[in-house]
Amino acid sequence: MPLISLTDIHKSYGQNEVLKGITLDIEPGEVIALIGKSGSGKSTLLRCINGLETYQQGSIRVAGTSVLESAGQLRLLRQKVGMIFQQFNLFPHLSVGRNVMLAPMVVKKTGKAEAEALAKEMLTRVGLGQKFDAYPGQLSGGQQQRVAIARALAMQPLALLCDEITSALDPELVNEVLAVVRDLAAQGMTLVMVTHEMRFAREVCHRLVFMHQGRIHESGPPEQVFTAPQTPELRQFIGQRDAA
Amino acid sequence: MTYQFDFGAIIGYWPMMLHGIAITAELTLFGTALGIAVAVLGGWARTSGKLWLNLPVTVYVELIRNTPFIVQLFFIFFGLPALGLRLDAVDASILAMVVNLGAYGTEIVRAGLMATPRGQVEAGASLGLSKPQIFWYIVLAPSLARIWPALASQVVIVMLGSSVCSQISVQELTYVASYIQSRSFRAFEAYFVVTALYLVLALALRQALLAAGRHLFKGVQAR
Repeated sequence: MPLISLTDIHKSYGQNEVLKGITLDIEPGEVIALIGKSGSGKSTLLRCINGLETYQQGSIRVAGTSVLESAGQLRLLRQKVGMIFQQFNLFPHLSVGRNVMLAPMVVKKTGKAEAEALAKEMLTRVGLGQKFDAYPGQLSGGQQQRVAIARALAMQPLALLCDEITSALDPELVNEVLAVVRDLAAQGMTLVMVTHEMRFAREVCHRLVFMHQGRIHESGPPEQVFTAPQTPELRQFIGQRDAA
Repeated sequence: MTYQFDFGAIIGYWPMMLHGIAITAELTLFGTALGIAVAVLGGWARTSGKLWLNLPVTVYVELIRNTPFIVQLFFIFFGLPALGLRLDAVDASILAMVVNLGAYGTEIVRAGLMATPRGQVEAGASLGLSKPQIFWYIVLAPSLARIWPALASQVVIVMLGSSVCSQISVQELTYVASYIQSRSFRAFEAYFVVTALYLVLALALRQALLAAGRHLFKGVQAR
């Protein structure tokens, strides 16, 4: 049974239809990249999966729970699906440790000692165990993004949604974040990412989904997508990437 | 100039002045603590997106910001007993200050809340927090940090405004000055000293509030 199941999703902003019927199943442990040009609907689709965006038609189920059922259902679903953002979105008034501890304590009512141990474990996992007491403003972008990953992992999600998580980073900081994502993929975490890091997507992902004008235009294993693109749009997209 | 300055003539009143300072401090302490609480609630209501919350708070804010403090005070002290609410002068003064600071503070806090980056709310939502939890744990502290200097200024204004409470016989600092000059006929000296005391109090209060802000919002300012 797929972990995440999207069926015929339609979404419009006013007259502008940005998702025109998306159907996609994601298996547990699968690593998927959504690729495509700006405005093709990749980020919007990703944000529909955990209910940050609403949609007008279709259905999304995550581990059997429907996204749009009720506010309470949606909060339960969000505990199963973590999200990492382009802009990190750490909470500036809380120490790194507190950032990671917040949701387990507030949402899952985990005790303070247990949450602290969990936070230390997750921070160690992303290589930042020694930054427990630092504040986000004192960290580099790459470190902040790794804290954001630890924060999401602390809720022990079934899947992680990554929305262009290296796009706001200086080039020399990209790799430290990608290394963490690579580890997660190797450990069997289900990952759905929107990315422009084509080489990384090619190496790590099981499947690439190419979006074009609000539709899934083409999808398949990375080798096939890169070496034998079936449509002119994907060929052009890959070509531009190689030239760049 | 024939007037002979004689600060010695009022020096004997220092215990009264100390008492006056204590009362002014009491009014300010309670007025500020409760007033900021009202301001946070008001700011929350105004940014809630719910008309039934927003509308009454907007009416309250406009009512208070467009009428004089002394009239608000007189209304509470002299007017409300007709409705059966009889407060002593100090309680009436504190209530008036809370109502006044609450209204001005609501608008200040609202500005801070509205400047919250959308990503902060989305990050909280993605972790499964409910809307009230997002407000309390994520949005509130950075918002207060943003507007803390403005809020501190408003608190100082309210502290200075408490001088008006002498008009309903609260024995705060201004009341003491009036009393001393009526007894000693040393108006210049009495008001000179009290002016200096207000100045020191106001400067000290502002610094104390800013220091408290630096402590409370440590991480936000590490940015």
